[in-house]
Formats: sequence, structure tokens, C-alpha cells
Amino acid sequence: METLMALLVGLLFTVGTYMVLSKNIVRIILGTAIFSHGAHLLLITMGGLKGGAAPLLDQGNDAFVDSLPQALILTAIVINFGVTAFFLVLAYRGYTELGTDDMNQLRGNKDE
Amino acid sequence: MSWLNFAIFLPILYAVFIPFFYKKVSSVHTGWFVLPIPLVLFIYLTTSIADIANGERFMHTVSWIPSLGINFTTHLDGLSLILALLITGVGTLVIAYSIFYLSMKREALHNFYIYLLLFMGAMLGVVLSDNLMVLYLFWELTSVSSFLLIAFWYQRDKSRYGAQKSMLITVTGGISMLAGFIMLQSMTGSWSVREIIGQAGTLSDSSLFIPAMLLILLGAFTKSAQFPFHIWLPDAMEAPTPVSAYLHSATMVKAGIYLVARFTPVFGGEATWFWIVSMVGLITLFWGSYTAVRQTDLKALLAYSTISQLGMIMSMLGIGSAALYFDAGSDAFKYSSLAVLAALFHLINHSTFKGALFMVVGIVDHETGTRDIRRLGGLMTIMPITFTFAAIGSFAMAGLPPFNGFLSKEMFFSAVLTASDLGIFHMQTVGLMFPIIAWVASVLTFVYCMILVFRTFTGNYNPEKLEKSAHEAPIGMLIPPGILVSFVVVIFFFPQTMADYILNPGVQAVLPLENANYYTEIKAWHGWEPELWMTIAVVILGSLLFVFLRSWQGVYSLFPREWSFNTVYNAILVGSEKSSEKLTGKYMTGSLRHYLLYIFSFLILAVGTVIFATNGFVIDTSNDAPVNIYELILISIIAIAAVGIIFAKSRLTAIILNGVLGYMVAIFFVIFRAPDLALTQLVIETVSAALFLLCFFFLPEWKKENVTRKVKGLNLVISLGVGTIVTLVMLSIQGNRLFDSISSYFEDAYKLAGGKNIVNAILADFRAFDTMLEILVLAIAGLGVYTLIKLKSSEGEDRRESK
Repeated sequence: METLMALLVGLLFTVGTYMVLSKNIVRIILGTAIFSHGAHLLLITMGGLKGGAAPLLDQGNDAFVDSLPQALILTAIVINFGVTAFFLVLAYRGYTELGTDDMNQLRGNKDE
Repeated sequence: MSWLNFAIFLPILYAVFIPFFYKKVSSVHTGWFVLPIPLVLFIYLTTSIADIANGERFMHTVSWIPSLGINFTTHLDGLSLILALLITGVGTLVIAYSIFYLSMKREALHNFYIYLLLFMGAMLGVVLSDNLMVLYLFWELTSVSSFLLIAFWYQRDKSRYGAQKSMLITVTGGISMLAGFIMLQSMTGSWSVREIIGQAGTLSDSSLFIPAMLLILLGAFTKSAQFPFHIWLPDAMEAPTPVSAYLHSATMVKAGIYLVARFTPVFGGEATWFWIVSMVGLITLFWGSYTAVRQTDLKALLAYSTISQLGMIMSMLGIGSAALYFDAGSDAFKYSSLAVLAALFHLINHSTFKGALFMVVGIVDHETGTRDIRRLGGLMTIMPITFTFAAIGSFAMAGLPPFNGFLSKEMFFSAVLTASDLGIFHMQTVGLMFPIIAWVASVLTFVYCMILVFRTFTGNYNPEKLEKSAHEAPIGMLIPPGILVSFVVVIFFFPQTMADYILNPGVQAVLPLENANYYTEIKAWHGWEPELWMTIAVVILGSLLFVFLRSWQGVYSLFPREWSFNTVYNAILVGSEKSSEKLTGKYMTGSLRHYLLYIFSFLILAVGTVIFATNGFVIDTSNDAPVNIYELILISIIAIAAVGIIFAKSRLTAIILNGVLGYMVAIFFVIFRAPDLALTQLVIETVSAALFLLCFFFLPEWKKENVTRKVKGLNLVISLGVGTIVTLVMLSIQGNRLFDSISSYFEDAYKLAGGKNIVNAILADFRAFDTMLEILVLAIAGLGVYTLIKLKSSEGEDRRESK
């Protein structure tokens, strides 16, 4: 299973990279969202997918899955959401101010 | 703090008060307040002449960074004393001269004297310091203060160009010298010159010996304007004339000479040192005198003559270093040490006559308004005193009796003749080259000295070509060069007194051996020796060349002016600027995609190389959990959705596919028994999808990406590379598990934290700090979103940035 997951995460990263390399700003933001999915799956996979119950006590289980990666992912999901929301609004504001969503035209100042 | 240490800092400390004098006592020329400082220091230093001549050495230490062995250690011996006396003595005269040269009304005198005092203190620091780091500190301080002085008239383009050039060249040398010093320290374990000299014999086997030697020599050659680093000196002539007289003839350019002399005990006696120092010196001597003849500007002529004379001193130091090869009591040692004596002697002589000549040229410039030889002439009767000084200075420089230059030039000829007889360092075969180069250069020296005197002061007086009507300079401007030329004459008549008290202790400092048989005599008349015949031949051929100058000056147009080292320097400067701009423009395109490509390629290469170089790649499926059908279905759905996003024709399709991805990940969390994650993921994915849709309402529909197949191909290759690397990393981690998880500790959550949901216990109790900051992230993101939407700056301001 872990090997399969590794291949899947690799695929997600491939797609994310391809999206990020494009010219349209929304595609880039979508790419980052796909990156984050890949990263979350990577984290949980690396915690081990072996059997064991959900990390809830008093359910009559002895063995639990690794709980630490879950906590880490939860934090990551929330942060990722904050950043994505900010990105999206930034893209919106950028479009209303500059009139384009094409990264090739957003090249900064001449004398940079 | 001893007086010697204080002497270094006195000028620097005193500089603080200069603006006060300039602003508050504006009726008196600020120079008068500066004048006592070098004078007091000079008198203080003269008191130790007798002690030094008796073989005493003074050493004082003031702690600075004792833990690193870096302290203000001053050491006064014969060599330091010569330089220190020159610095303070010529300094006094130059300041006296500058009082009459610089106008009180028009010039920023406070700046001038602050820079000058800073320079004086730094220069004293260079010659008196025993600690390499402190020596380097003062060395750079001379570079900086000289930079400031050259650009004193900063409104002029040429001043700034000259200052920049001298700064770049001398600082390059300074840095390399620092590297050499550090090598010396790592070889010997000491920063002290004294202690390093003590270990001199044991160093030559070290692998750092030659690099350290070359780097230190580079520093000395750049500072002392040796070939091919001489090019900054003529451009430094844009400085006020007192500065040229002080820095660029008597003191700073001798810092490199001092450095070579100081390190002769460490590196001397080696063939490499002998050859580099003496050959660079001879080439500089020849090239400087050759180029000086073609100059039409008096200061440029003096600049090249300074270069040439510095080369002469340098070559004598190189020849003299051979003495350390011989036994201290032998005759060979004695005759080799003659060269060192001659070098130090000429060092002093050069300061006297060259300082005077610069002052003379300054007077001519000041009283006529030009320094161009082609416009000057016939000033002899108008400025008789100036003419006398110029003649004495020039004849001394040309090496004529009865002036001190004659003695040192004779000794120079003796030194090169001795060198050609040296039985070491392959001198048997090429030794004859030395006297020939020296003699030819002396002839050219004679020619430009004659040009300097006769083209300026004889011939026709052309008042219409001059900006001012010429007249004799005020007495105050004549006294300092007068004192210098009187030294020129006095030294000729009493050379032995000078040798006994000042030069011989200097020679002993350069060649510090026990029971050594030094050459100590300087005689004005030594019989019909070859040296004298050489001088006579110089005078005859030089006079002929001067008289028929017109007919052979065509030699100089054989090589066009563009073929100079200045052209090379400018080409390097412009070329490096242009090429770095080009290079930067090449990869800093401003396109986000390019930067991402660099980052991703680097990631692929770096991580990939590390994985394979460390044999980290292992596929180990033995620990894998079993696969069931649900998971397979999920995996294929995610894979299809992910690939589908790339090909989505409309953004709505893309966003829905992204939603599918998100929900499938949530289901994965369910399968992997992570209920909290599944909940969060579902909610967040829903909100994100809504946000995306909201943005789309305002953004234009996707245009078809008009990209070439090549760009697409590259994107695909990089993407596949990133994906492969991530997969490889994951598999490697899977195959290389080193120890168990620490999560079993958290399974005691109920006992430790009173919670039954382990994940929540971790988030809110064990690792609550993360959660707090994550809340902060959300808060900031929220504020940011609010600001982006609400805050609108005024139209004009907003557009400014994007233009």
C-alpha cells in the first residue's frame, strides 16, 4: 500500500508542478492546492498505514494508528487553507488593479 | 599607552578638532593649526635616532583583542624610523606648503586636513605596527584616506575616476596581502612580524610559503605602483599638488617598498623572491622612465618618474635580498648588502627631491595656471628661485653631482654590477641583463629630467598661452621646497653621517643577522670605477637624446596610445560590468516560470544526486500494509482527477476536479482511520471550492495557453522529475526506517492530559503551541483578505508601482 501511495503522491506532485509552471494565476493556485494534497497524503503515509484503530481511547482497542502525523496534517490543512484563501483574494485584487491574470505580463518594474 | 603608540593616534584624534578650528577660527588658515602635529611627531622621533643607531629597539603593546593575539604593538627599528621620519618630516613641509597653496576662501579646508591627518596617522601605523592584522588595518586606512584625498575636488570627473581607480587597485592588493598575512599566521602561529622573522629559516618548506610570498608581493606591488599596477598613479595626479607631493611621492607609494623590506628577512635568500622583486622593479624602472619622456603634463611626467624611481628602489631591495643566501660574515654578503643600503638611501633621496619637484610644479601651476609643457617656457628669469629648486631636484633625480641622487645612482649601478656577478639563482647566464636595463633606464631618466627643467624654464616665454601672468611664488610656498632641496645638497656632502645614524640601522633591520659584515660606506668619490663611466655615458647619451628629442620621438607613435594598460584596465572594468549585466539579464528574466524552473531543477538534481550518491534508494515492500479494493478504486479516482485537471478546458471543470481530489483525500483519511482529518478536510475543501468559485466570478475565463510544444515538453520533463524525486524519497524513507515512532507516548493521553481523543490532545495539550500559532496564521490571513478587498489607495499612487 505504501508503495502505491508513493506512486500516487508522485503523480500529484507531477500534476502540481505542471500546473504551477503555467501562465495563468488560477492554475498556479490550483497547482499549490494539489501540492498540499500530495503533502498531506505523504505525511499520513509516512506515519505508517498498518492496521490499528483510530486514535480514540476507551473504544476497546489496544493498537492505534500513529496519531502524531494526524495532528501535524490537521495543522497543515488549516494553514494551507489560510494561504490559499489569501492567494485567491490576491489574484482577484491583482486582476482588478492590473487587468490581467497572465503571469507573463506580470513581470514587475523595468529597472528591477 | 606609550608615547610611540600615542604618536600613531595623535593625528587621527587631532583630526576630530579640525572642523572646530575651521568653523570657529575662520580668520586663520586651518593649516596653521595642523602644522604643529607632524612637527611635534618629527621632533619626538628624532630623539630616538641616537638610540636606534646604538642598536636599541623599542617595542610597546596596547591590548586590543588579546584572545586573538591582535594588539596594537608598535616596534621601532632602523627601517621603521626612516619611514616614520619621512612621513612626519615631509608631512610638516607639505602642510606648510598647503597653507599657501590652498585658498582659504574657495576650498573645503577642514575636509582636506582631516583626510590628511587621517592618512598621516594611518601611514605611521603601517610603518610602526608589528602586528600583521593592525598593519593591515592601517594599510587599508591609507587606501581609504588616499581615495578621499584624490577625490578632494569631487566635482571633477577625472578626480573621481582617478580616486576609483586607485581605490580598486590598491584595495585588490590589500585584500591579497591580507590573505598572505593569514597564511603567514597559519604557518607560524603568530601575528607578530618580529616572531615570524624569528622563525624565518624554518618556513621555506611549508606549502604555503610561496603563495603567501606572492600574495604579499601583490599587495606591495599594487601599493607601490609597480608594473603593471602602476596605472593608478598617473590618474591620482588629479589630487591637489600637496597631496601628490606627500602621498604619491614620499609616503604612501613607499608603503609597498616598506612591506618588501620588512618581509625580506622572512622571504629573502630565496630565488623566487629575488627574481620577482628585482625583475618587477627593473621592468617598472624601465617602463616608467620610457613613458615619462612622452608626457606633456608636468604632474604626469613626475608620476611616471615616481613609478620609475620606485621600481629602482624595488629592484635594489630584490638584489639585496640575495645577501641572506650567503654567510653573514662573507664578502658576498657585504657586497649584496650594498644594494639594501642603496635602496634605503635612494628611498630618502627620492622623497627629498621628488617632494621638492612636486612642490615646484605646484608653484608653476599656481602662478601660471597650466602644467602643460607645450604652453610653458622661459620662466627662468621670471621665477628664478623656483627654477633653482627645479634644477636641483631634476639634476638630483638624473643622478648628477653634487646632489644626493648622484650617490644613490652610483650605488645602484654598483648593486646591479654586483648582481650580475652573483654566482647564484642562474645569474651567471642572465646577469648581464641587470646593468643593461638599469643603464638604459638611467639614460631615459636623464632625458625626462632635462625636459622637466629646460622645457619649463628656458626657451620663449609665451604669456598669451598662459591663464595668468607669471610671477614668483610667495615666500611661504618657497620655504618647504627650499628645505627639501637643501637636504638634497647637504646629503651629498655628508652622506656618511646620514649612513651612520639612519641608514645602517635600517640595513640591519632589513638583513637582521648576527655578526654580519654589512656594507656601510657611502663616498662621494670612489675613483675611476665602472659606475662612474656608466654615469658619464648616461650624461653624454642622455644629452644627445634630449637635444635631438624631436627626431626620435617617433618611437612613441610606433605603438598607438590605445595599447596601454589603461585600456586593459578600462576594458576589464567595462567588460565585467557589461558581462555581469548581461549574465544577470539572461537568467533574471522576471518570469515566475523561469525562476520556478531553476528551483525545481535544482531540487531534482540536488536530491537525486544525494539519494544515489549515498545509496539511499531502497525498495522495501516487506513493511507495506496490504492493499484492498477500496483503496485501489480511490487511488485510481484521484489519479484520474489529478491528470484531468491538466487537460480541463474550462476553469469550472478544473475546480470541480480539484474538489473531487479534496473529497477523495478526505475519504482516504477515513480509510486511514483519521476521523478528525476527514472532518476538517471535508469542510475546508467545501469552503475552498466556494472561494474558488467566488473568485472566478470576477476573473476572466481561461484563455487557451498559447505555449509552444517545446515549453510544454520542458514543463512536463521537470514535472515528471519532481514527481519521481518525491516518489523516490518516499520509497527510500519507507525502506530505511531507523527507529519506532514516539506516538506510543501520546497513547497515555487520558492519564497525562485527561483527553480520550489522542489527536485533539496533541493539538490542544501536548503541542498546543503549534495550534496557537496556526490560529494566528488564520487570523493574519483573514486580516490580509479583508485589507486586500477593502483598502483602495488613490489612483495616482497605485499606478506608480506598476509602471
